[in-house]
Amino acid sequence: MLIKRPFDLTDNDVTDYALYQRRRDFLKTLGGIALIGASGLPLSAAAKSTFSTDEEQTPFDDITTYNNFYEFGTDKSDPAQYASIMKTSPWSVTVDGECAKPGKLNLEDILKPHSKEERIYRLRCVEGWSMVIPWLGFPLADLLKRFEPTSKAKYVSFETLFDPEQMPGQKRNVLDWPYAEGLRMDEAMHPLSFIATGLYGKDLLNQNGAPLRLVVPWKYGFKSIKSIVKISFVEEQPNTSWGRSAPGEYGFYSNVNPEVDHPRWSQRKERRIGEFRKRDTLMFNGYAEQVASLYSGLDLRKNY
Amino acid sequence: MRAQTSVQIREPYFTKVFKPVVFALALLPLALLGWGVWQDTLGANPIETITRSLGEWTLRFLLLTLLLSTLRQATGWVQGIRLRRMLGLFAFFYGVLHLLSYLWLDQFFDWAEIWYDIVERPFITVGMLAFVLMTPLALTSFKAAIRKLGRNWQRLHTLIYPLAVLGVLHFWWLADSKARTEVPLIYAVLLAVLLGERLWRWSVPRFSKIPVTR
Repeated sequence: MLIKRPFDLTDNDVTDYALYQRRRDFLKTLGGIALIGASGLPLSAAAKSTFSTDEEQTPFDDITTYNNFYEFGTDKSDPAQYASIMKTSPWSVTVDGECAKPGKLNLEDILKPHSKEERIYRLRCVEGWSMVIPWLGFPLADLLKRFEPTSKAKYVSFETLFDPEQMPGQKRNVLDWPYAEGLRMDEAMHPLSFIATGLYGKDLLNQNGAPLRLVVPWKYGFKSIKSIVKISFVEEQPNTSWGRSAPGEYGFYSNVNPEVDHPRWSQRKERRIGEFRKRDTLMFNGYAEQVASLYSGLDLRKNY
Repeated sequence: MRAQTSVQIREPYFTKVFKPVVFALALLPLALLGWGVWQDTLGANPIETITRSLGEWTLRFLLLTLLLSTLRQATGWVQGIRLRRMLGLFAFFYGVLHLLSYLWLDQFFDWAEIWYDIVERPFITVGMLAFVLMTPLALTSFKAAIRKLGRNWQRLHTLIYPLAVLGVLHFWWLADSKARTEVPLIYAVLLAVLLGERLWRWSVPRFSKIPVTR
């Protein structure tokens, strides 16, 4: 294009990028010190995963202060500010529906059989920003298999805690509470689908969905439901909170797809938090090789 | 004309103290943003913070500009009208910075992507239109233009009404369809009050006791 030259700056020409770099270096040093201090503790126990990306990880304070968790308010800074009200201990999860072993389990009983591993995943928000997050947790499939879903279980649905006293954002009617999400059974059983209980080697903070949350890295962030209290195996495609709120904007699948736009945000590009220029969004958030086969024969324009 | 003298600021104070103070205050949001960039306190996504903040200040100055004549109606404070050009130009100033932060920081002058945004996203379309309407007002704000345009100047500057509506709509449509409209709603209500006052004043002329001056 004609007017391209004068603006052909590199990242280094921009002052606040340099500031960023300095902050990142500072944080890395801090992180390093923290890791040395904590060695012998959880992180060394976490196995490395072949599913992890080696892309630069988003700083801890960005991951924990820039959140969408409407149960605590609609501003990105609200969850970090208010989520500490939520009590995550004791915590229990109800499992019901089409499975042989339904029941209500304490958090401890949910976690006990699973050894934690680290998964460094890209996270892409439908709003057009992204992060790289080192999660700590275990595969969702390992958890679901324990309840022995029957052949009737075609989908699995999840619910977040509903308690306006602990989640003041629920006093407002911005979404249908409790927050509900769901996956097709084969998506849920995919080895990339993950239950996170921590990040950066520490326990999950409330604003990131403590004590346990879903992580589905090839779908937009809102599919990765936080603070799970209910898991149901169902026959029919479950309703989701965002799907009910704006069915034309938020489909059931919500796979990251640069070709299908949201009415308010182009999905072709994204801003990686901490970076100055936008980067191209990859099909299935870069996990196409692993997950594209799940959707062969499905029109992703219709089934957005 | 009654009761006017009681609310006037003495002339030397108005021009030498009051006006410069308002000018400095109007620059404060920009200074705070600059400070935030310098100190890295604008959060994880500073570009979003900058763009949104500049956009909101554009709207705030538009509403302040409109407020001055309502204030005159309500309190008889005629002097305030002399701040109107300055505040209007500040609205344009923040509007330019808001647009620039979108074009540069957000889209990095990716013209194809920007055009796609304008065509595909109603809230961008409306925002761009508001900016286009604001430009001739800023360009004709100097004295020679006012003299030259005569009555047409008044006519031209009624564009502030549709452009303020478009500005609020731009903010409204940016917000989630259901989730985040509370803040835009505040602006919508304030604008409705300011425009409603004018409709009332124009439709019931006998109530406007104070002659219209520029």
